[in-house]
Amino acid sequence: MTAISRPSRSRPAVSTRWLTIGLFVLPALVLYAVFVILPVLQAMQYSLYKWNGLTPLTDFVGLQNYVTAFGNKAFQTSIGNNVLVVVLSLFIQIPFSLTLAVLLNRRFRGRAILRLLFFLPYVLSEAVTGIVFTLMLQPDSVLDTSLKTVGLEGLIQDWLGDSTLVMVTLFVIISWKYFGFHMIIMLAGLQGIPRELEEAALIDGADRRQSFRYVTLPLLGPTIRVSVFLSIIGALQLFDMVWVMTAGGPINASSTMAIAMFKAGFRSNQFGYGSALAVILFLCCLVVALLYQRFVLRRDTEGAITAYGG
Amino acid sequence: MTTSASRTTDTAVAAGARRAEGVGRLSLTRLISYAVLLVVALAILFPLAYAVLGGFKTNGQLAADPGSILPKEWVFTNYTDVLFGEYAPTFWRQALNSVIVAGVAVVLVVALASGAAYVFAREKFRGREALYLLFVFGLLFPLAVAILPLYILVRQLGLSANLLGVALPLAAFQLPLTIVILRPFFRSIPVELEDAARIDGCGTFGFFWRILLPLARPALATVSVLAIVTTWNAFFLPLVILNGAEQWTLPLGVMNFSTEYSSDKARVMAYTVVTIIPAIIFYAFAERHIVSGLTSGSVKG
Repeated sequence: MTAISRPSRSRPAVSTRWLTIGLFVLPALVLYAVFVILPVLQAMQYSLYKWNGLTPLTDFVGLQNYVTAFGNKAFQTSIGNNVLVVVLSLFIQIPFSLTLAVLLNRRFRGRAILRLLFFLPYVLSEAVTGIVFTLMLQPDSVLDTSLKTVGLEGLIQDWLGDSTLVMVTLFVIISWKYFGFHMIIMLAGLQGIPRELEEAALIDGADRRQSFRYVTLPLLGPTIRVSVFLSIIGALQLFDMVWVMTAGGPINASSTMAIAMFKAGFRSNQFGYGSALAVILFLCCLVVALLYQRFVLRRDTEGAITAYGG
Repeated sequence: MTTSASRTTDTAVAAGARRAEGVGRLSLTRLISYAVLLVVALAILFPLAYAVLGGFKTNGQLAADPGSILPKEWVFTNYTDVLFGEYAPTFWRQALNSVIVAGVAVVLVVALASGAAYVFAREKFRGREALYLLFVFGLLFPLAVAILPLYILVRQLGLSANLLGVALPLAAFQLPLTIVILRPFFRSIPVELEDAARIDGCGTFGFFWRILLPLARPALATVSVLAIVTTWNAFFLPLVILNGAEQWTLPLGVMNFSTEYSSDKARVMAYTVVTIIPAIIFYAFAERHIVSGLTSGSVKG
């Protein structure tokens, strides 16, 4: 038998190889550069100008737009609302999703159906979800009437009209839509943990609570961190559902950074100022990503416990 | 807390005194967990059922008895008006717009991302990882960040009030996730297969088209499904780019219908439900792909 030469030897000349690589990667790169990278850079540029989006870009104002943004009451409220949703997501939505993932990680009749059902809201658009809940939450609609029927009329609120309550209401609906997503991710993480490890802990005398706390939970760490990261990014960019349900109101009580940016750009034609808000949103996401990266890297070099599964 | 009677694999060691003490708690925790699951299931179902059944009521019925679930008498005109009657032209136009936007964006993103992921997975060249990281970078921030410049850019390109002006940026923003999911899959296809293909006379493109892509069909299905869900539900970008009921996609159409006919609640519900149904049907068929895509993309971190 003749020796089979490695194909690399018969590979085309260097220039043709680069041509091939170019043909494969350039279309994606061009689309990405034009519609993702360029706009982000442009946002940074526009944010330094006072600009209405139509006239030539001449009125350079330096960091004035940023100063204005941080001094603006409505924008402060918006950032506060984003932070509130982040905090509520981390302390309520994620633990809730984890609990359900644990409950669904056992075999019982109907498990597959429940999993399918819990994840269903994820595929509905935020717009549609928002409309259905708006109809349900209007004064004297089904929620209020139901509360009355069971004798809890004391709990009735102006769910979307009360400025102190509106963000909590929105958070509950956001959770309705997204908890299944986090649950699915955690369920996959749980299923990646070998049963033997928990059983070994039980043999060593741990009770089930301890085995969950000291074996399962640490092993689920990487999955939970991904969930946390996605949850934070999601909470920071909050727009669709809020726009549909309250448009940021009453007044600015449920405004978010994205809502404030949209209003600045498309309601007041302040494209420079709006771009500054976009850059602030971008920086928030970047900080979260960097923290996440750092956190994960540090944790993953810490020891064997997080090194499972590669 | 995490006890389960179904764990028949319990070892003898775990039995004994602790188990005997646990029996009472066992069934109680089990009962509680079933109750929790049931409540959550109802909480998911209720809004959907409310909207579906609300579409069969009259406005009078909705106003007089908002707490009731089942319609007292079933009215079909709300749905038929949307599907075949007065509102049908708008509805079907918007459904078509949604199909066009999602279709164009998905074909584009899967085609372009496949090429890029192929190079990132199987070709060695200087600057490859840096280029790959440039795409990964796109995972870190949402489209909202770029929306104002995108609006200007799309206008300058002459694509405002054009479905392409929505589809192109949506495809671009879907590239990072698609490439990140496809790359390891492409990488897992053995080198021997590529060598054999080359010996049989396949060029790079031949290998990519005739061997790699067919083998990667499950991964391609997964990224397509994820892209469909994202583009079908897109709201912010269409809101900014598209003008008027004739151009809107369904999420925008539903929102505007709900504000325009806000007094006609039953019809708003019908319109909303009719737009939800394709999503649910799609979900029933594609759930596996959605789950595998999301978990493969995220569990590994």
